Amino acid sequence: MSLDTTPRLADPDALFALLVAAHQGLDAEASRRLDARLVLLLANHIGDMDTLRQAIERAKDSAQR
Amino acid sequence: MKKAFPAMTAMRGGARPGGPAVPPLTPPGGARRLPPMPSTYANPRYQAGPLPGSLEDRHPVVIAGAGLVGLTLALDLARRGVKVVVVDDDDTVSLGSRAICFAKRTLEIFGRLGLGARFLDKGITWKTGRVFHGSSEAYAFDLLPEEGHEYPAFVNLQQYYAEEWLVEACIAAGVDLRWKHRIARVEHDAEGATLTIETPDGGYALRADWLLACDGARSFIRDSLRLPFTGQVFQDRFLIADVVIRGDVPFPTERWFWFDPPFHPGRSVLLHKQPDNVWRIDFQLGWDCDPEAEKRPEKVIPRVAAMLGADVPFELEWVSVYTFRCRRLERFRHGRVIFAGDAAHQVSPFGARGGNSGVQDADNLGWKLALVLDGRAPAALLDSYEAERVAAADENILHSTRSTDFIAPKGDAARAYRDAVLELAAHHAFARPLVNSGRLSRPTTYADSPLNGGAGWSGGTPPGAPAPDAPVLLDGQPDWLLRHIGDGFTLLVFGPPDAALATALPAGIVALFVTAEETPGALWDHAGLAAARFAAPRGGAVLLRPDQHVAARFAAPDPAALRAALDRALGHGMAELPA
Repeated sequence: MSLDTTPRLADPDALFALLVAAHQGLDAEASRRLDARLVLLLANHIGDMDTLRQAIERAKDSAQR
Repeated sequence: MKKAFPAMTAMRGGARPGGPAVPPLTPPGGARRLPPMPSTYANPRYQAGPLPGSLEDRHPVVIAGAGLVGLTLALDLARRGVKVVVVDDDDTVSLGSRAICFAKRTLEIFGRLGLGARFLDKGITWKTGRVFHGSSEAYAFDLLPEEGHEYPAFVNLQQYYAEEWLVEACIAAGVDLRWKHRIARVEHDAEGATLTIETPDGGYALRADWLLACDGARSFIRDSLRLPFTGQVFQDRFLIADVVIRGDVPFPTERWFWFDPPFHPGRSVLLHKQPDNVWRIDFQLGWDCDPEAEKRPEKVIPRVAAMLGADVPFELEWVSVYTFRCRRLERFRHGRVIFAGDAAHQVSPFGARGGNSGVQDADNLGWKLALVLDGRAPAALLDSYEAERVAAADENILHSTRSTDFIAPKGDAARAYRDAVLELAAHHAFARPLVNSGRLSRPTTYADSPLNGGAGWSGGTPPGAPAPDAPVLLDGQPDWLLRHIGDGFTLLVFGPPDAALATALPAGIVALFVTAEETPGALWDHAGLAAARFAAPRGGAVLLRPDQHVAARFAAPDPAALRAALDRALGHGMAELPA
């Protein structure tokens, strides 16, 4: 399976707001753990190591230099 | 959640445990010092080996180190008719309990060597592990959920018992055990090695055609040969406290592991039961602790009391603070010098992969060296020991490193992911397999071994894997499949006794017939598990090596194919590697 990076979200602004709201009131450490739980839940949902590897690579590539 | 420790119960109510109101440890003299020896076990003292009659003492096989691995290898070789000398600088077995978890495959090896019943009788049988996070259970696992094996997933037993029984068996098998014979110098050449030995009565030169270095993690022979022993060091320290708890103890015979428990916040703790009312408790201490101070009873006793609860009386039995590394030699065979056990590779203790993999090294090497000495196999066969056991060491190091990185995360991100897994595991099944408190020792399948022949059919136990056990009936009596495998090469035939096939077998292979119906001259696979575990078709056959690993499988065995598979399993197709 290949990682789909085309736009797929029906309401991108709503997703962004949802993520920000989930972190509201959390300190840096709690925020990091929330993200980690989220990544793990989504990784399991995807379930395919190749796709996950590609996602990790894309995420690393996209960091600001 | 399972019934927790008294201290944990108290803490769930929000109360901190009281001070350590435990009986003070007062050995003779009144000093609060550790006893030098465990109170439940007296180390035997063996008589120092005499000086050999001649000052130039020559032997086909010399084993350095009478520990778990050296003794296992000596016993296996002696049972295969090889004359073995073992030298050790001490005069006793393991000081302290050390390796305590003997895995199923190791028990099967000891079963083959005639010691299996002793492990089952004395040891603590277990198969369930439970992982706690804070004060609630995060995950439980069953290491052997199926029936139909002679040996359980694990038996816990102090290493000194295993070594004491091995010594007895070695003596009975004619092994020349030389206690208090210290190796002072090693010189090796193309035909063997010469050891300079020092004893209480003087020194001598010991010449070995083959030198087997089983002299542990600080191997003198490895250092003498200047072989690099490289890998990863972990910046953490752990405390082992073996404690004796007498009377009724309501703790189950399970492996319990805590991440961040209330009685040891921010770190991990591991609990295991041993025979003689001894409990092994392993506390993660962190890197910055003072290892000498942490060994003192005034530090250890409060830690244990906080865990067990103030009303549980206990005595300290053995204490040790350790760090660990994951590393191995690049090569295990250096001409006529061969390394096994901790001398060849080291892992963290999480997963019980040290002692078990060392015994499995011995299991792999014994038959090969015996056949080479007997002239029935080329020396190249010994290179397959290296190929197979380096693969096993890499597998063990991989699992051990991953476990350690989970137990002691390096950096904030690693810790966040670790804690996230533990938080999710309490509520979601998917996260439980991610919890890594030690992946417990499993035998390695030598999938890429140069000795492997064809698979014959798909599914079931493949070439390179150890044969699975199965219950069988022999003349109406309950028996086990593995009890019939291991002297030499065995052809396991899933069909009725076939005199034509049996007589046409190449020399060195013995046929063993296994049938679905009761048949004279065959093992009755009454539960169908032997055939099922190999996924064997009717009439199919499995060629098993003397270490019970699968060499090749045949949907329809014929003598020419068997001959070819046997030659391959004896290393005839291998070009010997340069030393």
